[in-house]
Amino acid sequence: MEPVVTYNLIGAGLIVIGAGIGLGQIGGKAMEGIARQPEATNKIQTAMIIIAALLEGLAFGALFLGK
Amino acid sequence: MRIVQKSIKFLTVLAIALCSFHGFASDTDKKHDTQDDGGMINTKEEVEAYILHHIQDSHDFNLFSYTSDGERKHFGFPLPVIVWTSGGLKTFMSSEFHHDDSGHEIVEKGDVKLTKIHGKIYELDAGAAEVKFDADHHATNAHKVLDLSITKSVMGVLLVGLLLLWWFSSLARQYKKRQVPTGFGRVLEPLVLYVRDEIARPNIGEKHYRRFTGYLLTVFFFIWILNLLGLTPLGFNVTGQLAVTACLAIFTLVIYTASGNKHYWGHILWMPGVPVLIRPVLAIIELAGALVIKPFSLLVRLFANISAGHIVVMSLIAIMFTLKQSLGVVGATGLSLVLSFFITLIEVLVAFLQAYIFTMLSALFIGMAVEEAHH
Amino acid sequence: MDKLLNDFSPGLFLVQTILLLLLIFLMVKFAWKPIMDSLSEREEGIQGALDAAENAKKEMQNLQADNEKLLKEARAEREAMLKEAREIKEKMIADAKGEAQEQANKMVAQAQESIRSEKQAALAELKSQVANISVEIAEKVVRGELADKDKQLSLIDKMLGDVTLN
Repeated sequence: MEPVVTYNLIGAGLIVIGAGIGLGQIGGKAMEGIARQPEATNKIQTAMIIIAALLEGLAFGALFLGK
Repeated sequence: MRIVQKSIKFLTVLAIALCSFHGFASDTDKKHDTQDDGGMINTKEEVEAYILHHIQDSHDFNLFSYTSDGERKHFGFPLPVIVWTSGGLKTFMSSEFHHDDSGHEIVEKGDVKLTKIHGKIYELDAGAAEVKFDADHHATNAHKVLDLSITKSVMGVLLVGLLLLWWFSSLARQYKKRQVPTGFGRVLEPLVLYVRDEIARPNIGEKHYRRFTGYLLTVFFFIWILNLLGLTPLGFNVTGQLAVTACLAIFTLVIYTASGNKHYWGHILWMPGVPVLIRPVLAIIELAGALVIKPFSLLVRLFANISAGHIVVMSLIAIMFTLKQSLGVVGATGLSLVLSFFITLIEVLVAFLQAYIFTMLSALFIGMAVEEAHH
Repeated sequence: MDKLLNDFSPGLFLVQTILLLLLIFLMVKFAWKPIMDSLSEREEGIQGALDAAENAKKEMQNLQADNEKLLKEARAEREAMLKEAREIKEKMIADAKGEAQEQANKMVAQAQESIRSEKQAALAELKSQVANISVEIAEKVVRGELADKDKQLSLIDKMLGDVTLN
C-alpha cells in the first residue's frame, strides 16, 4: 500500500492544528485563572469544559463534513 | 474502576481465547471462508473492514466467530428483523441471512426479496433475482427499506432502559421506607443529586429547573450507561450510532424550542440594542444557531467521541496482528495490551465526560430559553 | 459525509425516538418524581430540623436573658429594700434622738421653770422673812434705841452683819 495524501487529509490536519491551538489556549488560560483565584476553581472548570466541548463540536463537525 | 478492571480482564481473556482459536474473524465477507488462513485477519485492510463493521449497527448479536475444520462457526444469537417493505411489514429472524453481509443470501418473504449488504437491509426491485453492484460497490437494482428491527443497538437501548428503570424505581421505593437509601441506592443517590445540583440547578435557574430535571437525569444516565456498555466486550456501539445521538439531540432541541419564552424569541428574531438593518441578518444567524448548529454540535460530538474511542481501542487491539511480523507474537500482544489498557482507562473517563457534557449543554440551552429578562 | 448519511438509519432513529419517549415517561413517573419528591422532602426536613434547633437555641438564649433580667431585678429590689430599711432605721434613730432631745429639753426647761419658781418662792419667802426679821430687828432696834444710841447702832451693824442674803 503506497502512501496516499489527499486534500481531505491535509484539511483534517489543519483542523486538528486549529483545534489543538484553541484547546491549548482554553486550558492554559483556565489554569492561569485557577492559579490566580483558586476559590473560583469550580466555576472556571465548568466554563472551560463547556467551551472546550463547543470547540470540539466545531472541530468534529468540520472533520466529518470533510470526510 | 471495577467496571474497567472487569472489562480489561474480559478483554484479556477474550483476546487469549481468540488467539487460541486462530481467528479474530469477521463474517463480513464470505470469501474469507474459502481462504487458506481460515478467515484470520492479518492485513491492515482487513482490520479496517472489521473495525468499520463493528462501528456499524448489526442485525445479530455476534460475540465472536472462528473457523474449525474449514467451517465458519459463529458464537452469538440472531435478532428479529422487522422491516417495512413495499409488500407491507415483514418479520423474521436474522439467522435467515446465514451471516451473509454482501447481498448473496436472498430471503423471500411473500413476493418481496430481501438481502443484507453491509449491515443494511435492501429490497430487490421487482423482477431482479440477485443484487447487481456498480463500480463503487453500490447496489443498482435494490433499495433500502425502513428497518425497524430489534438490532444490536435497539437491544442495547432496551437493556439500558430496563436497567435504569430497575435501579431507580427500586431507589424510589426505598425512600418510602427510610430517609437514607442503603446498598446500591447509596451509589445512585449522589449521582442523582450531582445532576440536579451541579447540572440542572445552576444552568436552568432555581425557578424552572424542576420541570427539566426528569429529562436531564434520564438522558445523563442513558448516555453514561450506554457509553460504559460500549466499553465491554459485548460490542455495543449505541451512542456511536448517528441515529441515536440525533434522536437525543432532537429531543433537546424540541424541549428548549418549546419552552422558549418571549425574552428568548425576542433575542433571536428581533435582537434589541442593535441597528434595525442588522436585525434580520442577526435573526437568520441566531435561528440557524438555535435550530441547526446547537443540536448538530450535540449529536456530532457524542457520535464522534464514542466512535473515535471504539476505533482507537480496536486499532490498538489490532496491533496484535498487524505488528506480529516485526515484533513477534509476545511483543505485539504485550504492546497491544498495555496501550489498549491505558486507552480504555481514558475511555472510561470519556464515557462519563460525554454524558456530562451532553446533559450540561442541554441544560445550558434550556436555561437560555427559559431565562427571564433582567435588564 | 456521504458515508455517514448512508450509515444513518431512519428505522433506528424511529425506534430510538419511541423508546426514549417511553423511557423518559416511565422514568419520570416511576423513578424521578418519587425520588425528587422524597429528596426535597428530606432536605426540607433537615432544613426544618436545623431551623428548629436554631429557634430552640435562640429561645434558650432568650430564656437565659430573661432569667438574668429577673435575677437583676430581684437583686435591685433587695438592694432597694435594704436601702429603705436602712433609711427607716436611720430615720427612726434620728426621730428617737430628736424626741429624746426634745424630751430632755422639755425636762430641762421644766426643771429650770420649777427652779425659777422655787427660787421665786424662796425669794418671796426670804423677802417676807427679811421683812419679818427687819420688823423684829426694827422692833429690837427701836427697843435698844430706847436704851442707848450707840448700843442701837452697834446692834444694827451686828444684825446686818448676821443677816446675809443667802
